[in-house]
Amino acid sequence: MLAKRIIPCLDVTAGRVVKGVSFVELRDAGDPVEIAKRYDEQGADELTFLDITASSDDRGIIFRIIEQVAEQVFIPLTVGGGVREVQDVRNLLNAGADKVSINTSAVVNPQLVADAAARYGSQCIVVAIDAKQVAPGKWEVFTHGGRKATGLDVIEWAHKMQTLGAGEILLTSMDKDGQKSGFDLALTRAVTDVLEIPLIASGGVGNLQHLADGVKQGGADAVLAASIFHFGEYTVQQAKQYMAQQGIEVRL
Amino acid sequence: MVDVAIVDYGMGNLRSVYQAVRKVAPLLDVRVTDDAKIIASAQRVIFPGQGAMPDCMRELDARGLRQTVLDAARNKPFLGICIGLQMLFEHSAEGNVPGLGVLSGEVLRFDAKLKDAQGNKLKVPHMGWNQVKHNHHTLWSGIAQDARFYFVHSYYVQPRETSGVQATTDYPQPFVCAVARDNLFAVQFHPEKSAAAGLQLLQNFINWNPV
Repeated sequence: MLAKRIIPCLDVTAGRVVKGVSFVELRDAGDPVEIAKRYDEQGADELTFLDITASSDDRGIIFRIIEQVAEQVFIPLTVGGGVREVQDVRNLLNAGADKVSINTSAVVNPQLVADAAARYGSQCIVVAIDAKQVAPGKWEVFTHGGRKATGLDVIEWAHKMQTLGAGEILLTSMDKDGQKSGFDLALTRAVTDVLEIPLIASGGVGNLQHLADGVKQGGADAVLAASIFHFGEYTVQQAKQYMAQQGIEVRL
Repeated sequence: MVDVAIVDYGMGNLRSVYQAVRKVAPLLDVRVTDDAKIIASAQRVIFPGQGAMPDCMRELDARGLRQTVLDAARNKPFLGICIGLQMLFEHSAEGNVPGLGVLSGEVLRFDAKLKDAQGNKLKVPHMGWNQVKHNHHTLWSGIAQDARFYFVHSYYVQPRETSGVQATTDYPQPFVCAVARDNLFAVQFHPEKSAAAGLQLLQNFINWNPV
């Protein structure tokens, strides 16, 4: 049976892995290459790198990190942050990324998703959506690291991205991110139910039960978490064993 | 002489395949190439593929590599990966295009309304780590039964003859995820992204001496 995936997420800035609370207050978590190797050894199913200062700082750093990780880690690597044109997708793939995550630029220029998927295949195009609840059962898409409202409805947007060629949706609840109170399960369920393509749930994981809930209640195909792994609270292996005990199919 | 040629016809990223082969065979001369002469003279050929099969077929022809690949598939250790497996068959439902016809059978799309035993919707593409039930072909040496490999695909192969089938995977019904014939072996999953099990399969391919 296909396993549900556990994906540690590494937010990278200035060559270091950091973790914030609700997109601000950054805390240093270590060297990205060392952390990537550690998670691979623990049995991570994929790794996601988000270049969180891509808009302003040196873009070259993330390429060197991905090159180093790709030489040593043989599981899928996703890279996002600052992807604006098809050439950016190409450069990241050439550096060793297997998938590229597009967030703000998908809103600014939806054709980018279609063009990138047509050129490199849907399998390598992930559309990341930052969602904020605006009413019961209703969420709005935010961009620019969560600073800018778009007026777009998350469910409609996710479906549109699938239609344009996205191979996967990475859905982050801004309300839950960094709060350690669990995923926004209603959001996760609402989006996964309208999609044919896989959904990665993100934002809010504080313990292992939250990961299991994301799959069992939220209906996510994969769960993404950062701080519970970065600061040594749990290993990826512990997370998988816990999920397996809950009857969830995982790769052990 | 080049030891391993990875066929580059401009579709997708071959760096992962290159890195993984280098990892298991650090002393070999491994090339990512679109040069027909290098491919023709290489000891072993890896034929990857990403994206949509119609694009892959078009780009292969645009680079004049069809005959080179056909020759390699018939006369030297040859490993097809993902679309590189699908292209070996006669026809694909993706874009309704003919394939290379090295193997008889066709490429079909997963049903959009798949459900698992509990009634949960199964997504397409089939993406992630799934179990591989394999036979005793030498390329499975050291790989456990039901080992997990990384898949990402919306289409699967349906060979006309079952004699070449080397492994199946359930989604939710069994589909063929590996085939072989003589010097040829081809897989639907990505060994280059399948951690230890994938590296073992690549190592086995490098060591393989089919008669």
